[in-house]
Amino acid sequence: MKESIPLTWRKIPDRYRLIGSVCKNCNGYYFPARHVCPKCRRKGKVESYQFSGRGRVFSFTEINAPPAGFEDQIPYVMAIVELTEGARCTAEIVDVLGKDVQIGDELEMVFRKIQSNDPEGLIHYGFKFKKVKR
Amino acid sequence: MRKVAIVGVGMTKFGEHWDRGFRDLVTEAGVKALEDAGMSGAEISAGYVGTMAAGSLIGQEHTGALIADYMGLNPIPITRVEGACASGSLALRQGLMAVASGMHDVVVVGGVEKMTDLDTAEVSEILGGAGDQEWELFLGATFPGLYAMMARRYMHDYKATSEMLASVAVKNHKHGSMNQFAQYQNEITIQDVLDSKMVADPLRILDCSPLTDGAAAVVLAPLDIAKKYTDTPIEIVASAQASDTIALHNRSSITGVKAAEIAAQAAYKQAGVSPSQIKVAEVHDCFTIAEIMAIEDLGFFPKGKGGEASLNGETQIGAKIPINTSGGLKAAGHPVGATGVKQAVELTWQLQGEAGKRQVSGADVGLSHNVGGSGATAVVHIYKRVN
Repeated sequence: MKESIPLTWRKIPDRYRLIGSVCKNCNGYYFPARHVCPKCRRKGKVESYQFSGRGRVFSFTEINAPPAGFEDQIPYVMAIVELTEGARCTAEIVDVLGKDVQIGDELEMVFRKIQSNDPEGLIHYGFKFKKVKR
Repeated sequence: MRKVAIVGVGMTKFGEHWDRGFRDLVTEAGVKALEDAGMSGAEISAGYVGTMAAGSLIGQEHTGALIADYMGLNPIPITRVEGACASGSLALRQGLMAVASGMHDVVVVGGVEKMTDLDTAEVSEILGGAGDQEWELFLGATFPGLYAMMARRYMHDYKATSEMLASVAVKNHKHGSMNQFAQYQNEITIQDVLDSKMVADPLRILDCSPLTDGAAAVVLAPLDIAKKYTDTPIEIVASAQASDTIALHNRSSITGVKAAEIAAQAAYKQAGVSPSQIKVAEVHDCFTIAEIMAIEDLGFFPKGKGGEASLNGETQIGAKIPINTSGGLKAAGHPVGATGVKQAVELTWQLQGEAGKRQVSGADVGLSHNVGGSGATAVVHIYKRVN
């Protein structure tokens, strides 16, 4: 979907810096940011939190049928990343194919181009992950 | 609350209807349902229609009013409801609540989607909106990709195989071959599935439900007057709905659909039946892995055993629990908003003994399971033949 400039602009803290939320009442971590803690609701004390960017592969897939804007990237690997703090997010794992990835692999966040879905529009940047070399 | 019965059903053939539009399809299904109930339409006091994405797929919003107009039902109140791929079951549930509460007497419920007016890439992007647009799809995930991640984790945790997944598609094509309304009426083999093009590893094209045009409709009435319209009313004895996080990654487990499990438990309690009393079920097999999770979430098989059960043929007609006698979403097709209503149509035929070659013998209690997105909405209905 094409994104408007204001939409992209207001996503910058989350997409560029992995800023989400922590609830100081239950110590639950959330990404992207939330205004209401789903566990504590009105008793929650939600604050902004910058994630460390470290995590592990919870599950993954290699995409072969691309959505619009990703045609020249296939095949690429998408994963559910379990961040060290406990929250999870969906992101691409760069520089690998599906055969190189296993559930549990260690990851760290990298900053990359996500897509440019309009030749005259914005180039969208944000978080992706890469495997930590051991 | 009043007891409510289905007194008429109808559906179009599911498939690629290049010669027919949204309003043609939904009108055909609606007229068939009214004919089946022996009604002129004057008895109808309200309508509910499920459609996921008419605004994106054909540029048409306000579809409730459009349908009432073309069905000749003005000035009845008619309401469109949306819950992604579960839109049809949400419409059924709204109609049921309207009759049960006494707010309306005779209600028509429709489900419809016209999906083949755009190219596949555009339609895929629209369907992706059933997930979290900003935090899944925009970042590069696709809708099959989300189910692929469920499949990957499921196969990892329960040692399931691609053959087990494929067996679901093979069985549903076999059932679909006996259904004149199905999009695909050809049989396939496990090897066909394993040789088909990879979409999102481990899901191949033959693990995925297709893009489909189609519509389905049912007429609901209070049970105590149902015999006025049909000799074989089918009572809806339970209706339950649950929600979960919009994004898959926020769920503690992705090897099942928790909302479906919760809805199923609530439905069994309402109906006073156990999973072993269900004789036939229509479940949401948008991808093969989804059916395996569904038959576990519904309590037909223990967690982690659904794949093996499918491979062993336990979900075929004539076996332990016949699943998706219509061919399911995989073979009958998946016109998104129509699917939930089609499940009710198929189960009505089964419980009336009108399902022809695919009739399940002794079918007296049936269940439908309809899921929106990757599991953020789930709806379960239970149906009973009235003796």
